[in-house]
Amino acid sequence: MSSDIQVLESAVVRFAGDSGDGMQLTGSQFTTSTALSGSDLATFPDFPAEIRAPAGTTFGVSAFQINFGAKKIKTVGDAPDVLVAMNPAALKVNLATLRPGGMIVVDTGSFTKRNLQKAGYDANPLEDGSLEHYQLVELDATKMTVEAVKDFGLGNKEALRCKNMWTLGLMLWMFSRNRAPIIDWLKAKFAKLPDIADANIAALNAGHAFGETAELHSSIKRYTIGATKQEPGIYKTVTGSESLSWGLVAGSQLANLQIVLGSYPITPASPVLHTLSKMKELGVVTFQAEDEIAAICAALGAAYGGALGITSSSGPGIALKTEALGLAISTELPLVVVNVQRGGPSTGMPTKTEQSDLYQAIYGRNGDAPLPVISTRSPADCFEVAIEACRLATKYMTPVILLSDGFIANAAEPWKLPDMDALEPFPAKFVEEIGEDGFNPYKRDEETLARNWAVPGTPGAMHRIGGIEKSYDTGHISYDPANHQKMTDTRAAKVAGIAHDIPLQDVDQGAKSGKLAVVGWGSTYGPISEAVKAARAEGKDVSHIHIRYLNPMPSNMADLLAGFDHILVPEMNTGQLKTVLRDRYLVDATPLNKVSGQPFKITEIQAAINAALGEEG
Amino acid sequence: MTEQTKLTIKDFTSDQEVRWCPGCGDYAILKCMQRTLPEMGATLENTVFVSGIGCSSRFPYYMNTYGFHTIHGRAPAIATGLKLANPDLDVWVITGDGDGLSIGGNHTMHMLRRNVDLNILLFNNKIYGLTKGQYSPTTEVGHLSPSTPFGSVDPSLNPISFALGSGARFVARTVDTAQKHMPGVFMAAKEFKGASFVEILQNCIVYNDDAWSDITEKKAAPEKQLLLEHGEKMIFGAERNKGIVFDLAEFRLKVVNIGEDGVTEDDILTHDEKNHGMARLLAELGAGDGEPVAMGVLYNSPAETSYEKAVHAQVDYLASGSKRTLKDIVYGGQTWTVE
Ligand SMILES: Cc1ncc(C[n+]2csc(CCOP(=O)(O)OP(=O)(O)O)c2C)c(N)n1
Ligand code: SF4
Ligand SMILES: [Mg+2]
Repeated sequence: MSSDIQVLESAVVRFAGDSGDGMQLTGSQFTTSTALSGSDLATFPDFPAEIRAPAGTTFGVSAFQINFGAKKIKTVGDAPDVLVAMNPAALKVNLATLRPGGMIVVDTGSFTKRNLQKAGYDANPLEDGSLEHYQLVELDATKMTVEAVKDFGLGNKEALRCKNMWTLGLMLWMFSRNRAPIIDWLKAKFAKLPDIADANIAALNAGHAFGETAELHSSIKRYTIGATKQEPGIYKTVTGSESLSWGLVAGSQLANLQIVLGSYPITPASPVLHTLSKMKELGVVTFQAEDEIAAICAALGAAYGGALGITSSSGPGIALKTEALGLAISTELPLVVVNVQRGGPSTGMPTKTEQSDLYQAIYGRNGDAPLPVISTRSPADCFEVAIEACRLATKYMTPVILLSDGFIANAAEPWKLPDMDALEPFPAKFVEEIGEDGFNPYKRDEETLARNWAVPGTPGAMHRIGGIEKSYDTGHISYDPANHQKMTDTRAAKVAGIAHDIPLQDVDQGAKSGKLAVVGWGSTYGPISEAVKAARAEGKDVSHIHIRYLNPMPSNMADLLAGFDHILVPEMNTGQLKTVLRDRYLVDATPLNKVSGQPFKITEIQAAINAALGEEG
Repeated sequence: MTEQTKLTIKDFTSDQEVRWCPGCGDYAILKCMQRTLPEMGATLENTVFVSGIGCSSRFPYYMNTYGFHTIHGRAPAIATGLKLANPDLDVWVITGDGDGLSIGGNHTMHMLRRNVDLNILLFNNKIYGLTKGQYSPTTEVGHLSPSTPFGSVDPSLNPISFALGSGARFVARTVDTAQKHMPGVFMAAKEFKGASFVEILQNCIVYNDDAWSDITEKKAAPEKQLLLEHGEKMIFGAERNKGIVFDLAEFRLKVVNIGEDGVTEDDILTHDEKNHGMARLLAELGAGDGEPVAMGVLYNSPAETSYEKAVHAQVDYLASGSKRTLKDIVYGGQTWTVE
């Protein structure tokens, strides 16, 4: 039988159904089993903004995509090979993403007249021949699920809830994945409701068994995907929200500071608030404020009191925090501001990803108000970047903006767990002893230009700070023109100086000079990396540079960029990094922009690479 | 044993030149604070003044304690964060009627609701002083100001009612010139564990001079102020012949003359600072003809705990019940090993 199993290098599966169909759970459990089998993977949930959209409608469709393989996986895949559609609306919304000739698995039981109508189909697509160029697998999952769980005495509604486990069972069979971890998970999840646990397990097994028997009719093929060659270590799958939150806690521990998070719920940043709120056992203090202004102000007040202040939000909330950010810059207090970006402007597209807050992060404040901006490229990368944000904030006494995005926050990938005992501590220094000439809160470290940090409660170091310009020499209020010039220059020099305290910009792939550099930042890492790899495999002279430190940029950036004939900047905005690069380095950066709320496809970047090289020839 | 040197007004005075207009009511409040803090046993290093923006919010610069002059309206939020970081500090929030009730009204409300253990002093001059005299949320209808040259049309807000409505458990009122009354109010506020809200009627000599004088003028004061004392009868008037009773039919407080129409002292209400319903009625007193304005502690009913204490109690409880480290969390869940 195993000889019939086709070996694939990688596959992309998209689970789609109604919000109530449990597709996110199905996807994440498929992910768990896949991860445990050792394949590399990347996942992305694509859910609607509406919490409870009417059942069966197109705007209520929720999807989960996974790309997994025996090779290194860097994106969630341009086009799914398999689409699992639990109802007509799911088919309608997701069909366009499927690769030509791909497989569609549908639950015929849900293709009722009413559901077809709700999805806006005039004719049943399963019957009108419109799907003839795809491999259509029709099965009545609804009926078979009800059949599988009939012995557990569930009501019809509860029985139908097991449909996702039936489907999962089938897909696990199709891709030769192991059911055991899911059975364990179900048992733990429904420990108090053994009937529900058993019904779900029965459905899972029934879906799997259906595959086994269907195979006899050879109507469905079976595949297997091997393990990836990974570096030795302990792995687990993480979302960006998790690893970012853990990184913040690690950062506070390395700085030896109490962590105080001030936050206000907003998609897609809320999971950071949720994750940290669960970590009180580690001494984490979280504060759900009345708005984003109060959230950052509380974090800043905590920093003034000697804690590591953190605030997390998304674009609209960051806009509200702007004035307080200025105060943090002026009072030179450490603060980490996490922006999990989403589609804008205004409310924009809360659940869709974009990286259009770069201008806001670098430039978006009144006055000359520089601060460090760093970005994360993937879920696993968040941990290290969050620690780095804490390090810069405390070492330089400055607010730091950390840019993530909705894709990174929700996506998951395997993460090689760091050696927690080997992380380099960077304990914060407080003023404890006051010299002969008294205390000056604005006395600076000669090397970093960071000011003195004396917290209330310290005898002898009483002082007043605020947003009014301060004398360079005493820290007292000063409206002196020359002093304002000096302070403005000093604040800028402090932030600019960070360029010497961060790693030099590396080249992710390719030569350090040549015909074309594809320069990106943030979550475009995966698609750029794959596109450059493919181009290089075709012998093209292309390099990939991915920038973590957006302000200041590494000190070798000018020389590095100067070594390339062309620079292509793919971004999920209308060209913000492109503008920054042109401004800073006078380079002729070509933009490649996409603001559809969806990540780049590899092919889109490949086409731009070809165009950039073609122009040259 | 070394004798603890007692701190004096001088110790609490910073070396910064005070920059309010000559004659501004803020001076008197500042002096009173500098004078009263040593009496309360406050230390320089444990005392923090957090303010927003406005003339009043310049206050921290003149105190030789810790001070944070923040941004317009946000002092309550910053002070909340400060208390979360260090619950042991004595924090005073200094704000104005514009700062604390207009741009920062939301934060004031939530800080009171949460019952953060700090003291908030609202300098009410019924005007925006720093920005040169525009009307504020506490300005009466019809007021002429640069932004209301034909008179303001929107009704004003009563800060004490606002505080009570927000859930404040300590609410008091005093006057900038009342150097004998103010210290007691400050002391009671500091004593209170939780958010204490104090409205200070303050005169802006430049943009709203005499805004309170019908109440605060030496001659008018006895007739126009009801000085509250817990457990004491609500009697006022130069002759101490007026009192407050509860009019059930109209469901409000009413002024009566003792000795007239058979009214005796026994009929007069006794102030109970724990009575929330009475505090709400007292808050509105002064609006009607012949009614005095209630001064002193209107409401003082401590809760079992305060916000920052409850937060830390929860954290401490969870931390003491757990041996997990960050490493355990990171390495927890479903992991796999690659050899
Ligand atoms: C964001 C912001 N908006 C407006 C201002 C201008 N502003 C400064 S103080 C103030 C009003 C102050 O009034 P109040 O709080 O009553 O204080 P006072 O000066 O009367 O003591 C205004 C509008 C500001 N500083 N910041
Ligand atoms: S403007 Fe009014 S409130 Fe401001 S300092 Fe002058 S007198 Fe005082
Ligand atoms: Mg005012």
